Amino acid sequence: MAKKNLMAITGAEAAAYAMKQIEPDVVAAYPITPQTPIVEYFAKYVADGEVRTEMIPVESEHSAMSAVVGAAAAGARAMTATSAQGLALMSEIVYIASSLRLPIVMGLVNRALSAPINIHCDHSDAMMVRDSGWIQLFCEDAQEVYDLTILAVRLAEHEDVRLPVMVNQDGFIISHGVEPVEVLPDDVVKKFVGELKPIYPLLDTDHPVTYGALDLYDYYFEHKRQQIEAMKHAYKVFPQIAEEFYKISGRKYDYVEPYRMEDAEYVMVALGSSNGTIKDVVDELRGEGKKVGLLKIRMFRPFPKAEIQRYLTARKAVVVLDRAASFGAEAPLYEAVKSALYEVAVRPLMGSFVYGLGGRDLKPEHVEYAFKRAMALDLVADKEEYLGLRE
Amino acid sequence: MAELKKWYELPIAGLIVEPGTARKYRTGDWRVKRPIYDRSKCIDCMFCWFYCPDQAIIQENGVMKGIDYFYCKGCGVCANVCPKSAIEMRPETEFVGKED
Repeated sequence: MAKKNLMAITGAEAAAYAMKQIEPDVVAAYPITPQTPIVEYFAKYVADGEVRTEMIPVESEHSAMSAVVGAAAAGARAMTATSAQGLALMSEIVYIASSLRLPIVMGLVNRALSAPINIHCDHSDAMMVRDSGWIQLFCEDAQEVYDLTILAVRLAEHEDVRLPVMVNQDGFIISHGVEPVEVLPDDVVKKFVGELKPIYPLLDTDHPVTYGALDLYDYYFEHKRQQIEAMKHAYKVFPQIAEEFYKISGRKYDYVEPYRMEDAEYVMVALGSSNGTIKDVVDELRGEGKKVGLLKIRMFRPFPKAEIQRYLTARKAVVVLDRAASFGAEAPLYEAVKSALYEVAVRPLMGSFVYGLGGRDLKPEHVEYAFKRAMALDLVADKEEYLGLRE
Repeated sequence: MAELKKWYELPIAGLIVEPGTARKYRTGDWRVKRPIYDRSKCIDCMFCWFYCPDQAIIQENGVMKGIDYFYCKGCGVCANVCPKSAIEMRPETEFVGKED
């Protein structure tokens, strides 16, 4: 076990510090609030000669993702980071990165999408690309940002996976909040991530390959089926990589994190930093003898359906909190959880609450309200409700 | 057409992992009209060879030898530039069931 080294840093610095220790061959990024400090910190590491990374200060996010796609196809370990509008601008290449099976790791500092323009946290950016073929991990705090950024490299580069990974952290709430983060020694991280083993690198001129050739009705479908399989592999290998990470860090990571779930009858499900708030409310309600619990979702893509079924079957009520709306359909996390529970033996009563759009605070009383509704069995599965909205 | 492979038999990402595979692609399948060449009118000016976008004009030492129907997409540029009208574009339907 490595000696403990605590730093008081923001989520953004935790991401940049992890990137420094990973020391990728190429980082191409364009600054955008609230991702900016990741790029600032990393640019400083480059300028100070602390990393040998080739940093490309591109003119847009479309170019940032294009540059890391080119670098990764060439056989380099490549990383980037963005938020909201930046992700929207790069989204064409986001889809190409996963379709070309390039193991890029990207920090996504979650921010509301325009319009109206807003720089604060919600998950609409991540949900916009939920079907783009990227692995999506959601962090509760800066520690998870640091750990999962390192872990993501191994997951992306696993020979059975070869998919890009998006490490999500809530804009400002995590990215700009200072927390104690336990970091690992450089050599331990270096050893854990190891050397990238390129598959079909463009720079191997003895074995020329073509990336991005025309792929019509005769083969495109087969290549999409391969991506579906790669996601299944990502789901399969994640516990092995997490176990290896546990050995170097003492911190265990699973697809989901159950909190006070043993005998819980009323369970909340959420992504990101709100889980911290929910844990406090769970503790409070437990103090009053209420059988409440939390199932935090860490991996959103691939969706850990089996774990969700195992943890939520036969509970009395399940409340799902979404920090994004799906206009004209059920909210994304709720829809996925509800769909998973179609197959369980005893389905819980379910309720959907959308909260926190554009950085609106989720207060403990909002969480408590949702739990109280669950405990009163006052939920309608087909009705979307809102926490913290004036109505 | 070559037998199509199953999804698990292919390299990932639609990558083409050997060079020069375009050579194996029968673009002649795309043809709607077929250029028919009349040797008796030809003066070997090589306009057709020069203009053909698919190198489908066969020549040897500056002598026109015919058309490679494996690659010819039937664009008709050869017939268009021929100063002696030695190439005529005929509908492919006339050749159904016949060898190239």
